[in-house]
Amino acid sequence: MTTNNSSPQASKEKLERTKKLANQARTVMLKSYKNHLMPRFLRFFHFLLGQYRKIDLENKPQQRRFVIATTLFFIMWLMLVGTLSFSEIFVGLMVALFTTWLSYDRLAFLESIKLNRTTPLHILRYLQVFVVALLRANIDMARRVLSPRLPINPALVEVQTQLKSPLGKLILANSITLTPGTLTVDVVGDRLQVHWVDSTSGMDLECATHAIAESFEYHLQEFLE
Amino acid sequence: MTLIGNIFIVIGAAFLFLGALGLVRMPDLYNRIQAGTKAVTLGSLAVLLGVAFQHPGWLPKLFLIALFILLTSPVGSSTIARAAYSAGLKPFTLSSKEKKQSLGKQEET
Repeated sequence: MTTNNSSPQASKEKLERTKKLANQARTVMLKSYKNHLMPRFLRFFHFLLGQYRKIDLENKPQQRRFVIATTLFFIMWLMLVGTLSFSEIFVGLMVALFTTWLSYDRLAFLESIKLNRTTPLHILRYLQVFVVALLRANIDMARRVLSPRLPINPALVEVQTQLKSPLGKLILANSITLTPGTLTVDVVGDRLQVHWVDSTSGMDLECATHAIAESFEYHLQEFLE
Repeated sequence: MTLIGNIFIVIGAAFLFLGALGLVRMPDLYNRIQAGTKAVTLGSLAVLLGVAFQHPGWLPKLFLIALFILLTSPVGSSTIARAAYSAGLKPFTLSSKEKKQSLGKQEET
């Protein structure tokens, strides 16, 4: 609605008044930015810096849990997306943080991972040992299945483990299942019930532990508790 | 590239076949699970590797699939074995076979 009934002078006055108001508003906003918002941003920045300095992956398992879970989710997101554009990385970070925040209470098993600079190296070494064992297991199994005599001598044996965390036991049990002639049946405390196809070399606990679990355990202990 | 992929897929299929053969030939549940788990895990990994050679763009997703197979397949077989163990299924042994035969003879007499 335009004001046609007012004189041109009145409209000029109105324009000046609005200009003045705009100037005032601008000065007020600048002042409030200088006095309130700017310190707040600075304070927030300082807060972030302090939080960053407070991150202590060696001694605080909860922070370690958070960091490990976020990186895992982020890597999984990147693999699913398959591109490396900035927007995807940003959204992936947000989603990873949000997912970690949602599932934080149930991720206690991640605390048992030791984080050093050498952790990825140890994981790679473990994977190498594991893949070699998997290939040997399959060739061994193929030989047993294909030979007409079916050369098996199965038995249940017990194996002792020094790994204490549930995640470590899970990975050890999985590895035992996938390696030559062995299958984890049950885990009770630090004893693993293992079904062994070819149990000729020894039936007692020490022999079985030495033959089945020791090489994995040695590598797993480097990055798991 | 396609040739290498095809070779890997054939190797994977061969291992899957060996797994099925093991399921048929092995004497009891534990041994069948052993034959099944290992052969099927390596077979599917080899098939995934072959697909990765044929479509290099799918590599990250195939890696994720392989990771999930490596994590879940042993857990599943261990769970089946544990259920059988807690249900009281005795593992097949060579000596137990002989014992069974002798027991059967005793019952007969």
